[in-house]
Amino acid sequence: MFYPDSFKVSTPSDHEIQVSRDFHAPRQLVFDAFTQPDLVRRWLLGPPGWTMPVCEIDLRVGGRYRYVWRKSGVNDMGMGGVFREIVSPERLVATERFDEAWYPGECLDTTVFVDAGEITKVTITMLYESKEARETARRSGMEHGMAAGYSRLEELLSSIPAAN
Amino acid sequence: MQPDGYWQTPQGRLDATFAALADPTRRAILARLASGEASVTELAEPFDMTQPAISKHLKVLERAGLISRDRDAQRRPSRLESQPLAEASQWLEHYRQFWGSSFRRLDDVLDELKTTRKKPRQTARKKR
Repeated sequence: MFYPDSFKVSTPSDHEIQVSRDFHAPRQLVFDAFTQPDLVRRWLLGPPGWTMPVCEIDLRVGGRYRYVWRKSGVNDMGMGGVFREIVSPERLVATERFDEAWYPGECLDTTVFVDAGEITKVTITMLYESKEARETARRSGMEHGMAAGYSRLEELLSSIPAAN
Repeated sequence: MQPDGYWQTPQGRLDATFAALADPTRRAILARLASGEASVTELAEPFDMTQPAISKHLKVLERAGLISRDRDAQRRPSRLESQPLAEASQWLEHYRQFWGSSFRRLDDVLDELKTTRKKPRQTARKKR
């Protein structure tokens, strides 16, 4: 699959996963696309085949959000959490927990929207509560059966400074 | 801390891998070893660090299984072991898939929003 150069998945620390990407749209628009249910349900779907029959967002500090994904032949997958911090259109902090609890504890998601003129830079940092959480998340990744191959090494190590 | 056998379990191995990768110097050492094996002396030089400091980092990398060192040779060169990195990268693949696919759809949604939200303003301009 083709991904643009700005798309990065990295592990800034042993408890975090970070996803970042540039979007060619004004920051307010991108923020809306991340926070308005009728927009979120159109894109936050992962690989092809999934729909989002439930997408509820109570956008205020202490407010809850709830997502349910559906795919034929597979059990529904639900998750939700509580907003801890909202600075429109710059920053969102929310807890995250899957119904199936395939990792213990919660994950804390921080989404930052940076206005860079023509583009908006988005960075999502997922902070896992425990090491066990990361391991189960890893196992889930394995179940999806996508063999990474050694070509991914370069991307994993992309943050390495030149060693001269 | 973790019991002795912990680092031998799959979970312990992955923890060790990510703990080792969390440090910029260790990532730089791995990048250097990607282009061929090197002794402690050879590694200490470009990083402007003492040999004991480098040795400490190598110990962490070795425990994580990211490098192996020749026990017999006097130079004890370190070399990169790719398997743990491949495991760690496979784990990240899940995130890459989910967000990569989602973001491509978001591009389309944003393009549509750009045109639909502009329209009222353009109509207003025409009226003038």
